[in-house]
Amino acid sequence: MKPCHYSCRSADHVLSRRQFFSSLAGASAFALPGLDLFSSPAMAAEMSSRQKRMIVINLAGGLSQLESWDPKPGTATGGPFRAIPTSVPGLHISELLPKTAKVMHHLALVRSLNTNLPDHGKGTYLMNTGRRQTPAMEYPVLGAVVAKALDTGGASALPGHIIISPTGSGGRSADSAYLGPKYGSVSLNGGKAPQYTERPAALAEEASICANDIRRKLNDRFALRRRTAQTDAYAQSYEQGLELMRSRHIFDITKESAKDQERYGSHDFGRHCLLARRLVESGISYVRVTHSNYDTHNENFNFHFEQVSEFDGPFSTLVTDLFERGLLDSTLIVVMSEMGRTPTINANYGRDHWGKAWSICLGGAGIQRGAVIGSTNETGTEVKEREVDAGHLFHTYLAALGVKSTARFNIAGQKVPMADPAFESIDELLV
Amino acid sequence: MPADPKLAHVALELTAEARGLMACRFDPVGKHLFASAENRSIYRWKLEAAAKDPKHKPVAFGAHESWMFDLAVTADGQTLISAGGDDQLIWWPASAEAPQPIRKVKAHQGWIRSIALSPDGKLLASGGNDRMLRVWNVADGTKVHEFSEAAREIWSVAFHPDGKSVLGGDLDGKIHQWDIAAGKHVRSFDAAPLHEFEKGQSVHYGGVRALVVSTDGKWVVGGGLHKGTNPLGNIQQPLALRFDWQSAKLTRQHVTTGFTNERIWGMHYHAQGFLVAAIGGSKGALLFWNEGDDPSFHTFALPSTARGMAVSSDGMQIATTHFDSKVRVTKLSAKTA
Repeated sequence: MKPCHYSCRSADHVLSRRQFFSSLAGASAFALPGLDLFSSPAMAAEMSSRQKRMIVINLAGGLSQLESWDPKPGTATGGPFRAIPTSVPGLHISELLPKTAKVMHHLALVRSLNTNLPDHGKGTYLMNTGRRQTPAMEYPVLGAVVAKALDTGGASALPGHIIISPTGSGGRSADSAYLGPKYGSVSLNGGKAPQYTERPAALAEEASICANDIRRKLNDRFALRRRTAQTDAYAQSYEQGLELMRSRHIFDITKESAKDQERYGSHDFGRHCLLARRLVESGISYVRVTHSNYDTHNENFNFHFEQVSEFDGPFSTLVTDLFERGLLDSTLIVVMSEMGRTPTINANYGRDHWGKAWSICLGGAGIQRGAVIGSTNETGTEVKEREVDAGHLFHTYLAALGVKSTARFNIAGQKVPMADPAFESIDELLV
Repeated sequence: MPADPKLAHVALELTAEARGLMACRFDPVGKHLFASAENRSIYRWKLEAAAKDPKHKPVAFGAHESWMFDLAVTADGQTLISAGGDDQLIWWPASAEAPQPIRKVKAHQGWIRSIALSPDGKLLASGGNDRMLRVWNVADGTKVHEFSEAAREIWSVAFHPDGKSVLGGDLDGKIHQWDIAAGKHVRSFDAAPLHEFEKGQSVHYGGVRALVVSTDGKWVVGGGLHKGTNPLGNIQQPLALRFDWQSAKLTRQHVTTGFTNERIWGMHYHAQGFLVAAIGGSKGALLFWNEGDDPSFHTFALPSTARGMAVSSDGMQIATTHFDSKVRVTKLSAKTA
């Protein structure tokens, strides 16, 4: 945390969503185009080599572990798909992932996840916070924790926590809880740049510069005597708005080569993976891409054929590109869902909600390449060895990023553990 | 004695040791009934024995490394062909005590969803997830034609009774017609109401799941679903689209009432001129339509959701496969004592 001497003695407070949007919109109206923090290749390269980042691919609805990372062909629960070998000797995954199979030596699997929460909302909360939901406390999501933990306090005011999803209204979410609005997610719905980040045509550039100068002077004078977390957050939201306006191009994948755009594919998920690559290369700490929808109670196999096949190409291309660009060692990639799917196949060829024995895939920064943690029994109905909870994963992600996961945030003088102290990192998965 | 759908009743209930039965076929000589199951086995029942003894045990055999999505039996009842999700077509001696594969052909990449024998029994058409329709010599398993005009997975195949054309229905709701002698794509029937892209869930749904041609060759009917408002949650209604063969125009949409979670899994154009479809979802039923019907003229409720369907060569029996380990044989005639 940056040193700050607040008159109220409090730490970062939370601005309301409404306050934030109004401030962001206000900042947009007084834009200061010009200087681009990442326009210098040398600076970008230096940032790339030092900064850790994280990309989460969220397969919304609950990916079937049996049609992906933990196939059980030829068993009562196995379904119709076969298992194929991967670039890791002895490791097989579903035949729906032929391209991912070729890059598995960059990745690792956890096949023994038991969250026991077969529910979209509760599962999402658990996987995103590493904690079970409780009315007593609202916890920040993974992206907010990572954005804060990796915040070096540098000059960039760009958001560190970005969510890309196919649909939605866009804007900023209050998902950073006690970490404050600075670390709340900014949504790029449909892969578009954040809302209100274009200077209105009717506002002259000079007028915008002038207005922002006045605002800063007034802010500075006010802060001399009456600085609070709220005034800081308010001022920061303006600066972030301006930074977003200056850096709108980082959200524009048409600036990537035509060849790259073709390699990632013309569908949403392909474009969004390319955007994720562009964002982490631009210094964003945490990017989450959502691919939807895996909640296949009905015709699980037809829909997984469609969805997993669509996932396979862009994901493997992303892994390959990060490796070839020298970014994989500093970028943690995690493929997760809110839960798995039942080993039992229902009457409509569907698989239902399941949390007892399922898998995630991860790789990159801090993760052992080609590792497989844990296993399930022959039919995938139970964890056989090395049972893992979402709490373990949360610690592991932070540890992989070089963050001490047992550290505590200082929230208004109260020490709040960064990750659930009931768990620890999966050390054998870490480099 | 003609078949009468209004006399439909389940006359036989056969049980396999596996649950999740899928495709089924009668052999044309009326000796055996075959069904595939999710455990990768094919079950074969002797119909005469099963009629006498409800506990009659089927013979089980298999060699595929995946599920079998369709079966075909040659006119003499001697050869069974199975279509797997493992790229393969397998030829079997249908009557052998313990059938072993006669021939394995790597026919597609991935699932083979549907196969059909030509009217003269010499050719076999297959279609699958690789979006290809291929035509094979039944006698030796050699490839005769390969057609690639489908833009999405092929769900169903059928021959026209004149033997000159082969048809393939795809996920996009297109029924493609190819000329066999010329080896060329001729035209497509627009069955778009059978396909949906559900934006909220970002999934394609539906497709031409069943495809039949009337015995007089005048009608092509594609079956599947519509109103798929929640594909991942099993919300849809059965729909069959009737096309005029000459003009390729859609002439009728066959619908039904009282089913909001069902789709057509199997269909047959009866020699007496009516259409029969097996539907499954939350409930199972057989639906019957005449040429001029919008809603079905008769619905016969089955005890559980149906999956595959086959009709005996005399048109008097309809077999349906079910999730609950059962094959049910429905007779279209009065019950006998």
